[in-house]
Amino acid sequence: MVQNIIDVRNLSKSFDISSKEPGLKGTIKHFFKRQTKSLKVIKDISFEIKEGEIVGFLGANGAGKTTILKMLCGLIYPSEGSILVSGYLPFRRKENFLKNITLIMGQKQQLIWDLPPIESFYLNASIYDLDKFEAKKRIKKLSEMLEIDEELFIPVRKLSLGQRMKSELLAALMHEPNILFLDEPTLGLDINAQRNLRKFLQKYNNETNATICLTSHYMKDITSLCKRVICVHEGAISYDGKLDLLLKKLSPVKEILIVCRSEEDAIKLENSGFTVKNKIKNEITLKIENNSITSSLKTILNNFDIEDLFINEPPIDEVIGKVLIKKDYDI
Amino acid sequence: MNLRKYLKVYKKFLYTSLASELEYKTNILIDLITAILSLIGSIFLLSIFFQNNGYIGGWKFEQALIVQGIYTILNGITNTWFNPNLTEIVKHIREGTLDFVLLKPIDSQFFISLKKINPSGFLEIMLGFFLLFFCIKINQINLSLSFLSLSFITISCSICILYSIWFFISTTTIWFVKTWNAIEVLRSFLYIGRFPLNSFSFSLRVFFSIFIPIAFITTIPSEVFLGLSQLWKILLEVIVASVFLITSRKFWLFALKFYSSASS
Repeated sequence: MVQNIIDVRNLSKSFDISSKEPGLKGTIKHFFKRQTKSLKVIKDISFEIKEGEIVGFLGANGAGKTTILKMLCGLIYPSEGSILVSGYLPFRRKENFLKNITLIMGQKQQLIWDLPPIESFYLNASIYDLDKFEAKKRIKKLSEMLEIDEELFIPVRKLSLGQRMKSELLAALMHEPNILFLDEPTLGLDINAQRNLRKFLQKYNNETNATICLTSHYMKDITSLCKRVICVHEGAISYDGKLDLLLKKLSPVKEILIVCRSEEDAIKLENSGFTVKNKIKNEITLKIENNSITSSLKTILNNFDIEDLFINEPPIDEVIGKVLIKKDYDI
Repeated sequence: MNLRKYLKVYKKFLYTSLASELEYKTNILIDLITAILSLIGSIFLLSIFFQNNGYIGGWKFEQALIVQGIYTILNGITNTWFNPNLTEIVKHIREGTLDFVLLKPIDSQFFISLKKINPSGFLEIMLGFFLLFFCIKINQINLSLSFLSLSFITISCSICILYSIWFFISTTTIWFVKTWNAIEVLRSFLYIGRFPLNSFSFSLRVFFSIFIPIAFITTIPSEVFLGLSQLWKILLEVIVASVFLITSRKFWLFALKFYSSASS
């Protein structure tokens, strides 16, 4: 049986936030007497993650995804509740715990700006107690997986964003962590770089059985990597479960565009009992429920003279967008 | 704490920061010229003060040069280690890159205090030592073992006090985010350290001994050089340095509990 590697119970986090009224008067008032209030950004959440799972955290900006990730890796102290990651209390930041995890942030970098990435890798190797031979072996293996080579010897400031991100990944994975926390790792990357990164993460997960917690606003990252998603809405979990179940729930029908041989066939199809979205001459768009797609298509192909047909999936961004604004999904 | 690991990491820190600095040759050259000109300027200023009667606060010009020598060494250490690292703490906290430091299996205070060096500060340290050797010669100081060990102890304590005050101020960034001005004020006070403590009025002497212990930083080591120091003063400096160092460490660990990391 696969063990839970992350166990979160009734976790909450509050921050003291100061607010300021607009204008000079507000600024002076803010300077002398700051109005602060405690804001609960994470509200009593509980979940477990099993070893080897890739879990996507979904939510609008400010929903609390990154705060959860930072509490899981021990950067932020929780206000209430408990977290166990790989058997450790993360905020104690014990050496063995830190050797087990890594955090990659798409918008922040740890590589030394003026030197080639290889120098940062060897610095990390000494921090993680790796000897030169072992470090060399791991750099070679990871650079092959990431398909980077010459870039390792060019100063970081001269690398493209995609090359830099690959180097960041290599630096973050040199110590072969079991748990990866990825906060928008594909931010700002072009489509090919995004795809390569996803391919790498999938491969890394397959080869090492590492657990991956991922936040991203690019739905392709989530759909191609995560079987399970945790949706966060205003600091609370609105859905925790399989991604395909969520998609089915959110988009229960598909649109099918059917091009009939003649307009008469299209009229016959229009009156045959299917839900019609629209009809233009011999082209008709039907709305069919996901669970009856096969049988409906069989009926249509057997009974009507069809020239062509197209099944249109609703855009994933549109579907997931609904998650970001809804409080609860009971599936 | 694994000392071998920390030495290995520090060797890497030295190498990577030297390599980074050497990427910008002109900058290093300008820094070196600035260090030489700054020392010449300071000695010139000091000589003007001593022009009239040759004594200030009971110190001769040749003796006051020792204070200047120690100040130059400390300023060199400030420019080599404190300035590039401790001012970065503010940046780390504002931009959230402290996250990477805290997630490394290494002491975070060690990492942020020693990761970078500014090689041009080395020249200042060397100039300071040259000036001290010159002072030893002109003041006919006897280089005995007890003199060397007391000088080493007092100068080390001065470095610890200076580091602790600077680190303490930088740590407050976790709450106040911008504390740059406080560090600038501290640097301005350090200029005072170029003059013997006796040159100031009683009230200023008390202020620079108790509130901002500049007196401990340069005057006590200088008194050791001149054989004027009393044992209780040296012991007091050791105690002050230890208290400052321990407090800065405890304060850092306490402050980290309030670190909220920058938003992404």
